[in-house]
Amino acid sequence: MSDKHDPSLSEGSDAGEEQANVAAPPAETGTGTDGADAAPAGTHGPTHREQDRPSVLHQILSGSALMSVLAIVLALFIGGLLIAFADQETRDASGYFFSRPTDTLAAGWSAMWDAYVAMFRGSVFDWQAASFAAMIKPLTESLVFAVPLILAGLGIAVGFRAGLFNIGAQGQIIVGAIVAAWLGFAFDLPPVIHLLVAILGGAIGGAVYGGIPGLLKARFGANEVIVTIMLNYIAVYLISYMLKQPAFNPGRTGQRSPAVAPEATYPLLVPDWLVPGNTFRLHWGFVVAILATLFVWWLLERSTIGFELRAAGANPAAARTAGMSVGRVILVTMLIAGALSGLAATAQVLGTERSLTAGVAASYGFDAITVALLGRSRPWGTFFAGLLFGALKAGGFLMQSLTATPIDIVLVVQSIIVLLIAAPPLVRAVFRLPSPGSRSRRQSRSTTKEVTA
Amino acid sequence: MKLELRGITKVFGPLVANDHIDLVVEPGEIHALLGENGAGKSTLMNVLYGLYDPDDGQILLDDRPVTFKGPGDAVAAGIGMVHQHFMLVPVFTVAESVALGYEPTGPAGALKLDEARRRVAEISERFGFDVDPDALIEDLPVGVQQRVEIIKALSRDAQTLILDEPTAVLTPQETDELIGIMRELKEAGTSIVFITHKLREVRAIADRITVIRRGKVVGEASPTSTETELASLMVGRSVSLTVDKEPAQPGEPAFSVENLSVVSPTGTVLVDDVSFEVRSGEILCIAGVQGNGQTELAEAILGLEEADSGRMLLDGEDLLRLSVRERLRAGLGFVPEDRSTDGVISSFTIAENLVLDIYDTEPFARGITMSPAKVAANATHRAEEFDVRYTDVQDPISTLSGGNAQKVVLAREMSRPLRLLVASQPTRGLDVGSIEFVHKRVVRERDQGTPCIIVSTELDEVLGLADRIAVMYRGRIVGIVDVAAEEGGVDRDMLGLMMAGVPMDEARAQAAEHHSVLGQADLEEETP
Repeated sequence: MSDKHDPSLSEGSDAGEEQANVAAPPAETGTGTDGADAAPAGTHGPTHREQDRPSVLHQILSGSALMSVLAIVLALFIGGLLIAFADQETRDASGYFFSRPTDTLAAGWSAMWDAYVAMFRGSVFDWQAASFAAMIKPLTESLVFAVPLILAGLGIAVGFRAGLFNIGAQGQIIVGAIVAAWLGFAFDLPPVIHLLVAILGGAIGGAVYGGIPGLLKARFGANEVIVTIMLNYIAVYLISYMLKQPAFNPGRTGQRSPAVAPEATYPLLVPDWLVPGNTFRLHWGFVVAILATLFVWWLLERSTIGFELRAAGANPAAARTAGMSVGRVILVTMLIAGALSGLAATAQVLGTERSLTAGVAASYGFDAITVALLGRSRPWGTFFAGLLFGALKAGGFLMQSLTATPIDIVLVVQSIIVLLIAAPPLVRAVFRLPSPGSRSRRQSRSTTKEVTA
Repeated sequence: MKLELRGITKVFGPLVANDHIDLVVEPGEIHALLGENGAGKSTLMNVLYGLYDPDDGQILLDDRPVTFKGPGDAVAAGIGMVHQHFMLVPVFTVAESVALGYEPTGPAGALKLDEARRRVAEISERFGFDVDPDALIEDLPVGVQQRVEIIKALSRDAQTLILDEPTAVLTPQETDELIGIMRELKEAGTSIVFITHKLREVRAIADRITVIRRGKVVGEASPTSTETELASLMVGRSVSLTVDKEPAQPGEPAFSVENLSVVSPTGTVLVDDVSFEVRSGEILCIAGVQGNGQTELAEAILGLEEADSGRMLLDGEDLLRLSVRERLRAGLGFVPEDRSTDGVISSFTIAENLVLDIYDTEPFARGITMSPAKVAANATHRAEEFDVRYTDVQDPISTLSGGNAQKVVLAREMSRPLRLLVASQPTRGLDVGSIEFVHKRVVRERDQGTPCIIVSTELDEVLGLADRIAVMYRGRIVGIVDVAAEEGGVDRDMLGLMMAGVPMDEARAQAAEHHSVLGQADLEEETP
């Protein structure tokens, strides 16, 4: 381009007017900010229509990676404070805080330090273990926990990118698990084929269950949040009903299905010749998670489906004007999201547990929402967020057994992460980061710039 | 009251929105603040109204420095503001609206609406506003709602009235009445700051004109300056206010709408039995005041609004049976009215926005795999062709100014072979340079034989572009004016009357008898 423009001028003039809009308290009423410079009536500056909700999402998802990291750091710090407060020694020392405050601080610090060291040893590397295999076993355990989180998290992330709050990963995991387990134990197929059939079945089961809210929203405008939450309940009761049926519970012995046939299980990932004497539970589901992450990246960034999906998520009105069928996008998105949750289910029933229990989904479906948020709905972001949460889960066990710290602290840390990610200004305030800047500028720009120009 | 702004400076981040602006408004003066969109007029007035804190500078009332902590202070000091978008509650009566925020109360906090009502009646009578205190806001036409806002300001003893783009929402006749009101107020000693970018209005009513460009006062002008002089001052270079075009060479009728009706889900008739045709190689402008069914008509042509009845034939093919995508693929180019909501996706890159409705066709996609390289190459090419000023095609489109974003939309819609172009408000909010460019491209498209439908509420644009003008009022087409057949050009007053629903012949007769203030101003310019 011969005449690239001078951003300082025309860009700047926009930016200012935008900030103006942010600054003016009753901005949406158009209090004489740039709306005022606009042309005729009825255009009331931002005519949001369906944009309201995606813009909330947009706000959460457009945060920088830095915000995610800071949220984790802050959450771990707050968790540490709670560990210290819950520690008996610290509390005893605080009894004479005013005579010797250093005792309290030292005790609190050591409680926090011990807990997090234990967590690290339980999730990444245990240098006190006897053999190399035992030393890195915690890492493989973290990965085992991470697999369903990553897969279901990807499902949630795809939904977020399309502007959908899919709260139904839990139900989709359960239904996927029922189908995958049934295919796994009720049939007798050759190796490999049996596994593929079971995986496919799990994905389809999840897809169908995710497709229901998608169809209801696309056809009748039903709110996907409400529908998916309700479907979660149905899934919970469906699985306990299934486990009472003779097909799933032939021996009538408790709430556990027959074991999945060995041909239908994910092989272990780390062969004995590589790490001799290992007892790793890590299975090929982890490879599935990596492949799924690659697939989702391709889907979102390189396929026409992803283009439509992102368009419908960012601005459904513009997507419709460009000739896209937003209803179809919603349905397709929910099918894909459900299928990914179904894959998460296969990691559990065909890999880790190898049979179906009522608690197969644990809280993976809900943790996955946090994972997707923390990963800002980017495929690789979700992948690493899943790894982190897997590590928190794995590390929590050792922390509980080695120190007096209850495992619930992990839940607290996770919850604080969600809280912080949902409130970027809070994190900014804590770390004294420069205020709104890029985010608010970008947001208000989209709505006000047009009328300014 | 004499109002003086001294060295007002307001900085937003890297941008200096107001750079040492000095402004003096004498008592009883109509002072026009003229500038392009984004020049900083509104920022300045928001500083004056107490919405922003100036970073530097002083506000003086009758030579006494004052500081406003908020609009409350400004109102108390006698400054009233009428925003472009009215701040009225639709279900309130006029009296209630005027009282809102300053409710006269009796003992125990009981509302004394009678007093508010009396106040409205009093002001209304004094200035000949003709406003019923008990009418509901939502039942009032826009022009009258604006008067309610003015009454509201006056009821708080405003001695300086700020009118922010007051004519944007009015019909020419309502504008005329507003001008009358402004003169009455001036007679009564009220000073008026009149913010606008419309040159004709400025010339017609202002006593003094201050021109602002890029946050700075670039000059004062007298109302006797010509429009071209004012425009050059406003833009900073000489501009052509007329659209250069050859007479149309219309061909066969290419697109016809027959008895089209659009009914909203709530049963309101939005487009009422509309019929017209467009020939290839001509521009049909749909004129009218905002909200008279033009938006719905345009959206019905694209298929976003479902037609209730009627037919729509493009080269003999009934469009109503096609989906939005099929219509786009059939050669319909569509520039939506609201760029930000319908035209672009602000978080998408410039390149992505340039293929928003062709992303799944060759060469941008094979099967469902997209080629980012092709998308980017297309973007570079189109951006150059349409003179889009950008830094990187992979930047979000939100980094572009409004004019450049609109060029992106045009580039996208005009890059396919078109059989029909529909553009709604193609120049809304754009700077003069971009407006010239957009008009040029539309005319070029016409000259290539494409039938064009331009929906516009700006009479200047309509008169500049149109080969024929269809005026809409309340969902119906009042009449279609053939520009070439009008001797001595199309009469603005006639169009104005038609926009208020007066049938064409009647409008012609009325316009011949009586010229509006703005029409008069035009005549004066033509015969200096």
